[in-house]
Amino acid sequence: MNEDIKRQIIIDNYQNPANYQTIKDNTYISLNSNNESCIDNINLFVKLENNLIKDIKFNGEACVICISTTSIMTKLLIGKTIKEAKNIINNYLSMINEQPYNKDILEDACIYNSIAKQPSRIKCATITWNSINNLLNNK
Amino acid sequence: MNRNDFPLITNNNIIYFDNGATTLKPRCVINEITKYYESYSTNAHRGDYKLSHITDKLYEETRNKVKDFINAKNSKEIIFTKGTTESLNLVAFGYFLNQLSPKDEIILTKSEHASNLLPWYILKKKLNIVIKYIELDSNYHVSIKQIEKIITDKTKVISLAHITNVIGDIRPIKEIVKLAHQHNIKVVVDAAQSIAHEIIDVTDLDVDFLAFSAHKMYGPTGVGILYAKEELLQNTQPLNYGGGMNSNFFEDGIINYKDIPTIFEAGTPDIASILGFGATIDFINKIGMINIKKHEQDLKNYLLKKLKELDFITIYNEEADAPIIAFNINNVFSQDTAIYLDKYNICVRAGNHCAKILKSLISINNTCRISLALYNTKDEIDLLINVLKNYKNIYQEIL
Repeated sequence: MNEDIKRQIIIDNYQNPANYQTIKDNTYISLNSNNESCIDNINLFVKLENNLIKDIKFNGEACVICISTTSIMTKLLIGKTIKEAKNIINNYLSMINEQPYNKDILEDACIYNSIAKQPSRIKCATITWNSINNLLNNK
Repeated sequence: MNRNDFPLITNNNIIYFDNGATTLKPRCVINEITKYYESYSTNAHRGDYKLSHITDKLYEETRNKVKDFINAKNSKEIIFTKGTTESLNLVAFGYFLNQLSPKDEIILTKSEHASNLLPWYILKKKLNIVIKYIELDSNYHVSIKQIEKIITDKTKVISLAHITNVIGDIRPIKEIVKLAHQHNIKVVVDAAQSIAHEIIDVTDLDVDFLAFSAHKMYGPTGVGILYAKEELLQNTQPLNYGGGMNSNFFEDGIINYKDIPTIFEAGTPDIASILGFGATIDFINKIGMINIKKHEQDLKNYLLKKLKELDFITIYNEEADAPIIAFNINNVFSQDTAIYLDKYNICVRAGNHCAKILKSLISINNTCRISLALYNTKDEIDLLINVLKNYKNIYQEIL
């Protein structure tokens, strides 16, 4: 994928993020990223049903990388089983850490494949993925 | 001014605008640290040999330089700590933990740095004391009138920054101390953000405690100062126990302590940095704080004027007294702006700057902060303004 297309996907997901919504529904589990970062402050709302990720919504204030990757993550994970989701997340985190990963299951999330070259951005690219990962690992 | 004294500036093509976080170090300070390691790398207050005496002498000379720098009455009133944070913790847990009773009141402000809030929050839990916040003016400044309103006969401490690290307002410390002392209230001043920009005279201000760090005034990391009036230090408990602070101890647990200030300096201190701090004070004195202040104020006024010409910028503290400006590019997240500026080697801070409860007042979580120092120039500001003017390309550049 060329750099212009990658950039456009990031900007689109930043300016019009998918699943950007506040949820006040106690069937959703809410998570906050603020305990890991001083600056990116994202709330995630996750609805699990019978081993399935039924829905994810998020809101908050964060940088272009954090908002866009969270938007892409929600699109990727909604409808997946917990096992499938864990596999996607693990591949994403491997990609970020420059380890071998399966491109095909990451779809648009592949656009962050060179984020390791900007070390200060790694946290922005992973913070919400780690939040969901921690939740699923406790299931 | 004095740009050539700073190797990081002469060796790199950077514009450093994050002086509120830490300042760059002049060659003379780096040399002093190297000299210690190369020529007399010994412990202080320990050996009976010549090299150790050199260290000892320089260590105590630095204490004396600090005393003169802030015009304390006695060098016994100068404690070396790791930094402002440790100094403020020593005030809260070494002194006030033993002085306050349940329901006693502490007065703070919502624009304080975490280091001047969290120790008091813990003290509140331990002692069941009450914390009150001074209501800030519309420009987030502190006024005597607002303090008078919340003082009661239970008020025991007012603890506040001399200059705040986001708003950059200078608090009227002398007037606050005068009012406080009329009510038998102690005043603690966090001078971390003022020590490099203002002349501080603790005797004239009559403050009870004052804390600051060397690294925010062109000095080394790892050294801070707690100044306190001698009679208060006599009633302060050390927080660290061990070598260097005792004169004798016995197997039944009896310990004889050294006198102030040594009683508060257990363990081997950061001697290299402390000696480097001595050189720092010489460096500042040579330039003159009045000259530094004038230069920084000129720069700040120029920066403000230039930023105000840009209609896509919001400035949050136009009335700042100190050379600190908090701003955002409208509709751009502060961290993205900082990363964009970094592409041009311009270093600014993005975030909430450790003042996490301030956001409830200014209703914005994160800002970019420019904090100036003596080596900054108008040319650097012009470059910043030019880069900001091209911000429409921001995502092209940072992604």
